[in-house]
Amino acid sequence: MTSTAAPTTWQESVFEILKQGDVRQVAYVPDAGHSHLIRQAQADPEIADVVLTTEEEGVALVSGAWLGGQRAVLLMQSSGVGNCVNMFSLLKTCQLPFLTLVTMRGEFGEFNPWQIPMGSTVQSVMELMGITVFRADHADEVPGVVQAAFAQAFLANERVAVLLGQKLIGAKKWERD
Amino acid sequence: MTSAADSNQQVDGMPTDRARLDRRSFVAALLARIPDALVVTGLGSPTYDVASAGYRARNFYLWGAMGGSVPLGLGLALAQPDESVVVVTGDGEQLMGVGALGTVGAAAPANLTIVCLDNGHFGETGMQPSHTSLGTDLVAVAQGFGIAEAFAVTEADEVVRVADRVLARQGTTFVRVLIDPTEPPRTMPSRDGVNTKNAFRASLGLTTF
Repeated sequence: MTSTAAPTTWQESVFEILKQGDVRQVAYVPDAGHSHLIRQAQADPEIADVVLTTEEEGVALVSGAWLGGQRAVLLMQSSGVGNCVNMFSLLKTCQLPFLTLVTMRGEFGEFNPWQIPMGSTVQSVMELMGITVFRADHADEVPGVVQAAFAQAFLANERVAVLLGQKLIGAKKWERD
Repeated sequence: MTSAADSNQQVDGMPTDRARLDRRSFVAALLARIPDALVVTGLGSPTYDVASAGYRARNFYLWGAMGGSVPLGLGLALAQPDESVVVVTGDGEQLMGVGALGTVGAAAPANLTIVCLDNGHFGETGMQPSHTSLGTDLVAVAQGFGIAEAFAVTEADEVVRVADRVLARQGTTFVRVLIDPTEPPRTMPSRDGVNTKNAFRASLGLTTF
């Protein structure tokens, strides 16, 4: 398990951007790569952390949050993107702002072939559904990419995903230490 | 083969000689009692039922995104804790997003009420029997997901109890309303999601973006 790993600087920076941007709801299906951000959200009394049973709930939830005047962000793993496809129609039809941070599986160093069909098509699927996709593969580029995505989502009213690459997060280990 | 008539009789443990409620009059009576509530509708007939009760800026209609009405209502309820939020949906839409009841049970917003109009059928697509005609009890499902205040409504005057729960904002509530599997004339609200969104937000004093 990597969920207790010490946070790295890029993980701290993501929370800071969301916090400074007045994000009030963080919805997620957990992933080890998001564990620091989830813990930060849970610890912050001004942020509602909402654990989902499936990712498409999060698409609807962040839309409802914004209808009610709050900014919200969806955290998920790449496999969850496929679960969201029809729910993305809500975002496009109603021109809702949307920011999701997606930790990648099924690429660089992946041990599990079952992750590859979805992981390798996440960007295309997102783009087909009208979502702008940014990507970060190195720690030093994360703050700038997330800040840019945040601005486009909530200032320009766009639908934006940030893919956090497996090279950044580290491939999941097949065998435990 | 299961005919609609057969499935109606085996459903719900309802006596077969008791008429189910009229969806339009129940929804109209509910909305009349909760004029300021924020209302989210699930696609299909619940959207038409709410629209037929008259224009309200505080309605947000789904025409798609099946399974999204409850999680959308949850995000709204968390964002507006001092407003009553009501999701009006049907059994089919609820079943597609049934896990969202677990998400609602965990978040437990005091100001959210889910009103599920259950006719035991997929009314929009030819009245095929749904799971609630074939063994699923949505009240038990909601309770199993941790929504303690979950109950079925079989009498028209119970709308008062539902409205009181909505207005009280004292705990997440799930209401299964047993309605007649008939299809009243469609009353179609605007399909312009952007317009609906902007009117809804304006009713809360919010700008477009």
